Amino acid sequence: MCRDCGCETGNRRVFGDAADHADGHGHHHHHHHDHDHDHDHEHEHDAPRVVHVHLPAGAEVHLHIGSGPPRVVRDAADSGPARAARRVALEQDVLAENDRIAAANRELLARHGAVALNLISSPGSGKTTLLERTLERLAGEIDLGVIVGDQQTDNDARRLAGRGAPVEQIETRSACHLDARRVAAPLQRMLDAGARLILVENVGNLVCPAAFDLGERFKVALLSVVEGEDKPLKYPVLFHDAPVVVITKLDLAARAGWDREACHRAIRAVNPDARILELAARDGTGLDAWCDLLRETAAGVSRTDPRRAAAEEA
Amino acid sequence: MHELSIAISLVEQLERAARREGAERVTAVRLVVGGLSGVEREPLEFCFPMAARGTLLEGARLEIEEVPPRVRCPACGAEETGGPAPVAACPRCGAAPVEILGGRELRVREMEVV
Repeated sequence: MCRDCGCETGNRRVFGDAADHADGHGHHHHHHHDHDHDHDHEHEHDAPRVVHVHLPAGAEVHLHIGSGPPRVVRDAADSGPARAARRVALEQDVLAENDRIAAANRELLARHGAVALNLISSPGSGKTTLLERTLERLAGEIDLGVIVGDQQTDNDARRLAGRGAPVEQIETRSACHLDARRVAAPLQRMLDAGARLILVENVGNLVCPAAFDLGERFKVALLSVVEGEDKPLKYPVLFHDAPVVVITKLDLAARAGWDREACHRAIRAVNPDARILELAARDGTGLDAWCDLLRETAAGVSRTDPRRAAAEEA
Repeated sequence: MHELSIAISLVEQLERAARREGAERVTAVRLVVGGLSGVEREPLEFCFPMAARGTLLEGARLEIEEVPPRVRCPACGAEETGGPAPVAACPRCGAAPVEILGGRELRVREMEVV
């Protein structure tokens, strides 16, 4: 048995005897390989221990682990040069894997004649309240499903349960966003339960969720009137990418001193073609237009970019 | 802090690539990060060694090449690099929107393996 690690596998040979070496020092060689090779090289080191490392291409180096600086000594039996670092050109998108899974999600949805929307906003902008009212109004009419993402708790799923649609909570724990892999299984379960318009309430966050495609047809950015009209300028990536921007809590506009013109201007500055909806989930203001958008989306009217619908309206 | 997710997915991706190459380990990674990618250098540099621990990338050097946002105004043709709100209206003529030419990159350029 190998004295260093006690391994039983392989055709190992342990050289503990100084007589094995021309240089005569009594170090321990740790061999895990199935071939013989000559030890006609010189060990020039002051370290008490030598480890043989066998690299895949056959190059053999001795790593001298000891007090001195590490040195590589090539086996004299080797004819090739010491294995050097080499560059591997990649030019790959880091999110390629997420995008691949998102594309698979999109295809899965399409096979079922279903679509998903990705709802993104700050925490507390009113996503869950809007979804409550949405389910009350549309659950009997459209086969809805809801996936809610939060770092912790299933509070949102509980709020949304029992309203005529399957609801699933994803607790993301340390993650600040949903990604395509996380929603894949819940999407499948939603489809199995008969849902054809799946609303995904992302983790409350304006930055990170914008980077991760889930396989949705489009993103919906939500912004409440108490948040400050310039938020689209501060978080331009999301507001630029979302063809639909929903302004929520309109019932608080007067109290908050909300400046409609400034808010629309900020949205238009980053996304001139955005379809902007204003609503108050608590008193029902503007919910008709929101429900119409969902009806259109479910019916495939907005099968392309809803910006086109906005352009046609204009 | 989605930099940790990004770092984990980067490490997974590169570990697969390194195995395909028959590499024993990855010693360096060169990454292109755009100013509009939503990813920041510092948190990524902080998270990368954690994500790399116990993988073929443990101890690998992370080199980040930052690419500033680059936009073009379709109305006046002005091209602008950098700027505080680069996807907002054209800084020269005020027409919106500007077209984003660059800055959304989040790409592995290459790696060094042994």
